[in-house]
Amino acid sequence: MAEAPTIHVDIVSAEGEIFSGPATMVFAPASQGELGIAPRHAPLLSLLKAGEVRVRTPDGEQHFFFVGGGALEVQPTKVTVLADTALRARDIDEAAALAAKQRAEEALRDKAGHITQAEALAELARAAAQLKVLERLRKLRG
Amino acid sequence: MPGTKEIRSKIASVKSTQKITKAMQMVATSKMRRAQERMRLARPYAQKMRNVIGHLTEANPDYRHPFLVTREPKAVGFIVISTDRGLAGALNANVFKQTLLLMREWQGKGAQVSLCIIGTKGLTFFRRLSVPILANVSHLGDRPHVKDLIGTVKVMLDAYRAGALDRLLLVNAQFVNTMTQRPAVVQLLPIEALDTEGLQEHWDYIYEPEAAYILDGLLMRYIESQVYRGAVENVASEMAARMVAMKAASDNAGKLINELQLIYNKARQAAITKELSEIVGGAAAV
Repeated sequence: MAEAPTIHVDIVSAEGEIFSGPATMVFAPASQGELGIAPRHAPLLSLLKAGEVRVRTPDGEQHFFFVGGGALEVQPTKVTVLADTALRARDIDEAAALAAKQRAEEALRDKAGHITQAEALAELARAAAQLKVLERLRKLRG
Repeated sequence: MPGTKEIRSKIASVKSTQKITKAMQMVATSKMRRAQERMRLARPYAQKMRNVIGHLTEANPDYRHPFLVTREPKAVGFIVISTDRGLAGALNANVFKQTLLLMREWQGKGAQVSLCIIGTKGLTFFRRLSVPILANVSHLGDRPHVKDLIGTVKVMLDAYRAGALDRLLLVNAQFVNTMTQRPAVVQLLPIEALDTEGLQEHWDYIYEPEAAYILDGLLMRYIESQVYRGAVENVASEMAARMVAMKAASDNAGKLINELQLIYNKARQAAITKELSEIVGGAAAV
């Protein structure tokens, strides 16, 4: 029996490499529906939605990877999955952006009243330095 | 023996401080190694992303995404990455100084400046200035995650899309090596100089859905991965700077202990000599 053709699969995320190796078949949750990619597939680019990427390796094993979304690039001999590490949706992203804005606003509002521990420490260090200078001056005079 | 007791307790206190700084040094060393590893892990993703985006823009010359178009810089946004904790030498101060210089430069050219701050140290520093801070995220810890950065980056990307920003710059501490960390500035938007080398053949992809939509998703993720890389690199720099600072502190404590020990020995010796001469004097008088 002739050896089955394989396709090289790379699954990478921003935080690290997840899988790299040959496969006889790859299934991915594309945004328009599940895609099955066999070796020598036509070049394709698609976004992924949250779901499972299945990789069938030449030794007949199946590997499952969960992706929160991302992008899929297919070339005849290579499949690259650019996986998101986080679950994303328009409203989740929107909420996160809103939270980031609020944090900034709060920090600016606090400017006058509330002082953080770091600032208090800096203030203390400044006072201590001033005292030291005063002491030295006193010694020089006395 | 006046004084010797005080000196002894002083030595004990310096010793306990030294213990702490030594422990911090060791912790920082191991954390730095892990952060460096994460920097390495983030590289293939960004590289792949650049390749795909490069090819995509090459294959679709008629479509210009707003992130790829250079506009007149009337408003400039800065994403400044700082640490959450201190005791890291001049690391944050250098990043802030560089940011201030750049801000002055752009303001001198008549551009509006706004900020996005990552890390508490940056927040305490920049909120004293009268520059708008659009977004903030702190307490990312020693292992920043892309998840925690999405919202913050999105605020800046949305501002750019809406035309409220014409440039977006990233400032963070670049990890050169263990001894050197210097502030680095990267232009995030508009995206410039994509590697389109090695793309001689002009084949095109099948797009699913359309190319513009995919490009938008890819570009957004690309920027996020850049900011993530900056955050991880900043952690590596922070740990390296802390390691060096704590090593210096431990060495100084060691020197101090030696000096104090010398003073203590002298005081002790003086006391003994005095006692002896008193006894001898007393014996001679009898």
